Amino acid sequence: MTGIIQNRDVFMKNIASQYGRTSKKEVKRPQWVYRPQDEVMKSASTDDLLFVLKEHCKRIHTDFYQTSVSNLPTTLRYVINEFGGGRIILPKDDRFMEYGLSESMADHHVDVWDYTKGRENIKLAEKANIGITFSEITLAESATVVLFSDRNKGRTVCMLPKTYISIIPKSSIVPRMTQAAQLIRGKVETGEILPTCINFITGPSNSADIEMDLVVGVHGPVRAAYIIVEDK
Amino acid sequence: MPMKIGTENFKERVDSGIQNDFMRAAVSGAQERLHGRRLAAAEELGNWEEWRSHGEEIRQHVLENLDYYLDQLAENVVKLGGHVFFAETAEDANTYIKEVIQKKNGKKVVKSKSMVTEEINLNAALEEVGCEVLETDLGEYILQIDEHDPPSHIVAPALHKNKEQIRDVFKEKLGYTKTENPDELTAHVREILREKFLHADIGITGCNFAVAETGSISLVTNEGNADLVTSLPKTQITVMGMERVVPTYEELEVLVSLLTRSAVGQRLTSYITVLTGPKQVHEVDGPEEFHLVIVDNGRSKILGTEFQSVLQCIRCAACVNVCPVYRHVGGHAYGSIYSGPIGAVLSPLLGGYEDYKELPYASSLCAACTDACPVKIPLHELLLRHRQVIVEKEGKAPISEKLAMKAFGLGAASPMLYKFGSKIAPSAMSPFTTGTSISKGPGPLKAWTESREFPAPNKERFRDWFKSRDKEGEKS
Repeated sequence: MTGIIQNRDVFMKNIASQYGRTSKKEVKRPQWVYRPQDEVMKSASTDDLLFVLKEHCKRIHTDFYQTSVSNLPTTLRYVINEFGGGRIILPKDDRFMEYGLSESMADHHVDVWDYTKGRENIKLAEKANIGITFSEITLAESATVVLFSDRNKGRTVCMLPKTYISIIPKSSIVPRMTQAAQLIRGKVETGEILPTCINFITGPSNSADIEMDLVVGVHGPVRAAYIIVEDK
Repeated sequence: MPMKIGTENFKERVDSGIQNDFMRAAVSGAQERLHGRRLAAAEELGNWEEWRSHGEEIRQHVLENLDYYLDQLAENVVKLGGHVFFAETAEDANTYIKEVIQKKNGKKVVKSKSMVTEEINLNAALEEVGCEVLETDLGEYILQIDEHDPPSHIVAPALHKNKEQIRDVFKEKLGYTKTENPDELTAHVREILREKFLHADIGITGCNFAVAETGSISLVTNEGNADLVTSLPKTQITVMGMERVVPTYEELEVLVSLLTRSAVGQRLTSYITVLTGPKQVHEVDGPEEFHLVIVDNGRSKILGTEFQSVLQCIRCAACVNVCPVYRHVGGHAYGSIYSGPIGAVLSPLLGGYEDYKELPYASSLCAACTDACPVKIPLHELLLRHRQVIVEKEGKAPISEKLAMKAFGLGAASPMLYKFGSKIAPSAMSPFTTGTSISKGPGPLKAWTESREFPAPNKERFRDWFKSRDKEGEKS
């Protein structure tokens, strides 16, 4: 269903008349003179990027783990226990099965996002102690994981639980937000419909609003962990 | 609250700022930390000047073609099923938003931090029609429950309050029983607001940048409150200043990088959320209905003028964090939600010279703001231009210019002005004072101190000294 635009004409006329011209109907996006973003970690190898990401995790109060595919279930079980176990919520994502992760969570109550249950999912996410997702793109520079929402991947899986674990396939690591923006823009250019929510998440939620003292854990998770997994 | 805050005049506001010791210590501490972090974040990139130039070229291109990009943005939003309302005035915006909420029979509104909604005084408009409106950014929430205390910094709105004051406000308003420990204070707010998020029917956000090509809006936070505001309520209303648009995701990325580094010295903040339209069929969380309100409210009148570059602003407050005048008078002295150098340029343009003609004089023209700006707005030049316009219009400068001048030189000519000038001088000069002389003075003193040293203003004013000397004389 198409939405409605109101008051556009007067508004546009005001802009054009300030410039003493008629409304612009065609503008070509320029070739920018400067492109400093391409220079950042230009010739870094994946291991270099991994090092940057690992180092930055210290600054964003995020636990860092690195593991192999075969050890991932053990590592995940360990991190879940570190975070106090309890209820877990997952998006509906085949990768949990592919990586053999159900055994890691066998001792805990696990809910999987099921859109047919509607807003019941939100209640389950709110009750959960741990939310776990895979990162679609991972930014080394800022230690940021990128999530794409869809009907199987609720936005609040990473927001409502008390703690958050991100599983990061090593191949998802790029230097910085520049490459993520290009990947996403590539989707736009091929006519793909963008996810309604793309979330760039960098560690747990925090605030320095009281006397500039950092408090970790405000509205979102109070703790976060990244598990880097070597690709299969 | 509207853009204009308080009823005191400029001198009274400056006075109460200067007399507020906690606030001044907090402000200078915050300035140093934020400034230090920003410098570190800029330096580690190695080519910060190129980043600034890129930011500038993007912002300039967008402003020159603003109608094109806004049109493209609007078309893409409605294609996704969202609605767009172009609001010429604050009143237009508030009326539309009230209508949307009333149609939905909405009562419970949660908001994430937004300067433009403060500017148009949206909260009051919604409260008038019986809505409960809750700010969910921690700093904004603290101010809101403390009888709508105005913000004093664009990025850290509750900077002027200490944790004991916050604890006392919580005790009085929220029945809080724990200590002034920020972790405990925050945990209490988390608990209260979590419930509010879950039961809200309307979510209202600002917009850091909108992406024309995709019809997306982006929200930059550390707390994650904007994510809950846009995930849980069934209706989302996003309010943006008309200038906050970029062509594509690629420019979004650059401006977000400039914003987070310049505002808080972070490579990225904890949450950068890019939202494209209402939720899709079968998606559970996210709004069913999405409205984008694009606000002019005096901005278009700045386009095509010598002040156009102020619209390049990305609201990072880097200029605020380096300003020696802001350091001493604090945010409330500006009498506007937009404080510091950017506020001194923008407030007279949006709110008129009548209310804000002193602000361009609340500057030493030291140009630290211009150097700090990530999108290269020539802030100190715009302040100077404001002064020229004011003098041309009024035939004379407002009192504050004389104050500043008298404070530094001709003070003895007018007792009242001298008193004020000498009162401010020791503290205003402290960052530049070494011992008893000033080595690197701001503004009017700059040229002077480049070649010689200027005697530092006495910590004890002559008048005070004379008075106490008299008293001592009486004792003996």
